[in-house]
Amino acid sequence: MELLVTIAKTVLYVAAVFGVTLLHVAYATYFERKVIGRMQGRIGPVEVGFRGLLQPFADMVKSLFKEDIIPAAADRTLFFLAPVIVVASVMTSLAVIPFFNNGAIANLNVGVLFIFAMASLAVYGIIVAGWSSNSKYSFFGSIRSAAQVISYEIAMGISLAGVFLMAGSVNLNDIVLAQREQPLGMFAVLQIVGFVVFVISAFAETNRTPFDLPEAETELVAGYLTEYSGFRYALFFLAEYISMYIMAALIALCYLGGWALPGFVTRALPFLEQVPGIIWFLIKVYAFMFFYFWVRATLPRYRFDQLMAIGWKILIPVSVVNIVITAFVKRWLM
Amino acid sequence: MLPEFFFGYFACAILGLAMLTVTRKNLVHSVLWMLLLFLHIACLYLFLNAEFLAVIQVIVYAGAILVLFLFLVMLLNLREEHEARRFVKAWQGRLAVCILLLTVIVISVYKAAVQPTGGYSITFINEMGHTKVLGTVLFNQYVLPFLMTALVLFVPMVAAIVLAMKERKR
Amino acid sequence: MSELRLLTPEIVLTVCMLGIFLSGLAIRSKGMLGLMTIAAAGVTAYLVPSASGTAFEGMFVADAYSSFFKLLFMLTLFLAVLLAIGSRTIREEYATEYYCLLMLASIGMMFMASANDLIILYVGLELMSLSVYVLTGFQRESRWSNEAAMKYLLLGTFATAILLFGIAMVYVLTGSTSIAAVALYVMTGGNTDPVLGIALLAIIIAFGFKIAAVPFHMWAPDAYQGAPTPVTAFMSVGPKAAAFAAFGRVLVEGFGAAWAEWAPAVTILVVLTVAGGNLLALRQDNVKRMFAYSSVAHAGYMLLGVLAGTIAGMQAVMTYLAIYAFMNMGVFTVMLMLENGEERSAYAGLAKRQPLLAGAMLIFLFSLTGIPPAGGFVGKLQVFLAAVDAGQTVLVVVAVIFSVVSAFYYLRLVGTMFMRESEDSVSCSASKTLLFAVILTAFFVLLLGIFPSLVLVG
Repeated sequence: MELLVTIAKTVLYVAAVFGVTLLHVAYATYFERKVIGRMQGRIGPVEVGFRGLLQPFADMVKSLFKEDIIPAAADRTLFFLAPVIVVASVMTSLAVIPFFNNGAIANLNVGVLFIFAMASLAVYGIIVAGWSSNSKYSFFGSIRSAAQVISYEIAMGISLAGVFLMAGSVNLNDIVLAQREQPLGMFAVLQIVGFVVFVISAFAETNRTPFDLPEAETELVAGYLTEYSGFRYALFFLAEYISMYIMAALIALCYLGGWALPGFVTRALPFLEQVPGIIWFLIKVYAFMFFYFWVRATLPRYRFDQLMAIGWKILIPVSVVNIVITAFVKRWLM
Repeated sequence: MLPEFFFGYFACAILGLAMLTVTRKNLVHSVLWMLLLFLHIACLYLFLNAEFLAVIQVIVYAGAILVLFLFLVMLLNLREEHEARRFVKAWQGRLAVCILLLTVIVISVYKAAVQPTGGYSITFINEMGHTKVLGTVLFNQYVLPFLMTALVLFVPMVAAIVLAMKERKR
Repeated sequence: MSELRLLTPEIVLTVCMLGIFLSGLAIRSKGMLGLMTIAAAGVTAYLVPSASGTAFEGMFVADAYSSFFKLLFMLTLFLAVLLAIGSRTIREEYATEYYCLLMLASIGMMFMASANDLIILYVGLELMSLSVYVLTGFQRESRWSNEAAMKYLLLGTFATAILLFGIAMVYVLTGSTSIAAVALYVMTGGNTDPVLGIALLAIIIAFGFKIAAVPFHMWAPDAYQGAPTPVTAFMSVGPKAAAFAAFGRVLVEGFGAAWAEWAPAVTILVVLTVAGGNLLALRQDNVKRMFAYSSVAHAGYMLLGVLAGTIAGMQAVMTYLAIYAFMNMGVFTVMLMLENGEERSAYAGLAKRQPLLAGAMLIFLFSLTGIPPAGGFVGKLQVFLAAVDAGQTVLVVVAVIFSVVSAFYYLRLVGTMFMRESEDSVSCSASKTLLFAVILTAFFVLLLGIFPSLVLVG
């Protein structure tokens, strides 16, 4: 009986997290269009609903009812499976993110690594999408994307190792707690090098501008998405935005103090402790989401070889040096 | 009861997936079955309370090595398996080798009298956290082989320069 | 930290390797980089004898045994660099990488010689093998070289997998990978265990591959023939010596008490290798391939010393390896100096055209056959004596018979050099470095033959 209750609770929690995330994703698109609109001197969506607030739902309905086209030469099973792999692996990563103290669905001891593992599974969805479409554009897009994601995952993992060293744990909850007595209550100050590397890699990892080469429309039509339409296209779209949220959440948790308040703030203003941690968490996540959109509106795209050169020749060496320095400092100075 | 049930599932699934991996004609499908196989193996590590190994299994084998396999298969554009002339065609021979190997493994598993030695009991590992214990052992007891591995990894880097890089002109 | 002092030679060589790798960015001269490599080998060799003791909880051991092999590896490295400097197949543009791979392989071999734990042994073996695979395929525009590397890689990986299987079995039995633990287990009556038999078999097969013993020699002729000649010279000596070093320690030190269990397998290996190597060498037209089979046969003689299962046997193997290093490197140097040195016709009338070269080659061939006063005789004598002492008289007789057979193909080449008429079209390398290498090796082969006490270990 007890087991059933636990299972029921977990299922409900999972459903709640997914539902809320989907809502966030819907409004992330709205947010993005508004931000970019403003930055370009336009006003963004305004027609559907009050100030265009129902626009995401209109888009959703549209993509659900669009005709679903499958190329004749496609490998049908894999073609169907690809978006599912991507969405499933990205959604699974949500399970280990603590939205507030101990607020993760599963508080794993290897939380961050679990997210990495899921990210590396998502690559398969992309490769399979490109391959099964049986189209040159899709194929090149997927190969590029896979190469990019794998390369930047290395830089990302190594830069996070600095955080692990500082926190002495790989558990996301412990990492957040370890930041309370850091300068400004975040690792981003002492781990500034790792932070910068991680942020750059986060852009590449999610295939966002300025590293959105897999979808570079001027050269590859739409990369691995070329042959997808309708609902399946929407699934890829969904996965991209969820992974943006996950990256933003990782940055908030690992570098910006997560849901916790810095020790000096709670000591000065104790009443702030009454505010639920999820508020601080969401503020940080949305600040970073805004940064994503800001960059998209500002920067041009890199060339593919430049992208690889940045990853392998700059970010990876820099993050390795960062680990070495962090380890030495931690061993002998702290 | 529940652990046995899950273990039974994973054990059977691993065997089935391994069979699927080696029998598919389409190499991309093969690789994808293998991916599923690796995920199941990762789950087996969880039975041993080795969550770090489980995650590393996924990150390294599924996330890096198998992706390279897939790249290779795709770049060679091997949609269907290439029918090459084989030295040995008889399936009986292969079966015999398999059975022999299986026997050997079964005998040695029965013989395995190894109990956990040293201070690393299950309770101790659960208390310390698997990742921490692994790190402690790796960076103390096995630090020399660990460092040597760095050199082993240096070789392919040099090899890539020698064998794969664009022709160097003076 | 004090444990690291034992690893000084390895650390120094590693640091030098990295230094040379980096300086390759600025220096592109093969000779200059080669001199740096030789200097690194020299410094390492100087440091080797002073290290003694065990480190890392007994995983790494530096003793007289390992020191001897490490000095041998440095000698091989030195000669291999000389060959590379004088050879045209190793192109100047890739010199840095070539030297680095040679040094990496040597580091791996040094760890193999010092391994007192199967994990260290495995990682060292892997380091050595990977480097040598790449070296085999170094001439990337040559299809032969590619094929050789591919075959070597596939079969070598297979052998490593079998070795790992054996190591896993040992772990199953003893709960440890340490060779000392194995010895303890075997001594306390574990030698009748069937799993131990499986472990032993797997380890013997794996090392059989690495030393190219028949019937695990299939890769050797192709790999030796396809690899650039300087690499062939290196890989016919260095990796083989390293494999013997590790094999000796595992079998004699670890499984010493289970001699009765592994002796039959090794006996079969010895007979097949000595017979197969020599008989197959008889039928080769290609000289390089012939020497590949010849080195297979020599592995068989050396295995005889391991089979003795005694310290004296291993000492004989060490003596043999030292002499073998000089004579085999010498043979390949001569081959490198001649244009089309792989063809038999290149040797016709060599005595008239190049008396010095022909003389040196004569010494090497006599030594390989085992004719006094060349060094090879001493090596063979030592190994045979040790085997007789261990009661392997029948096997020694077999080995002697096939040693006589080997005289046929070695001396046939001597005949070609001295009896056949010269074909003037064959030209000869004017490289001073190669000439130096030939003279050096020939000198040492003679010296060790006349004053064997210089190298007799024990």
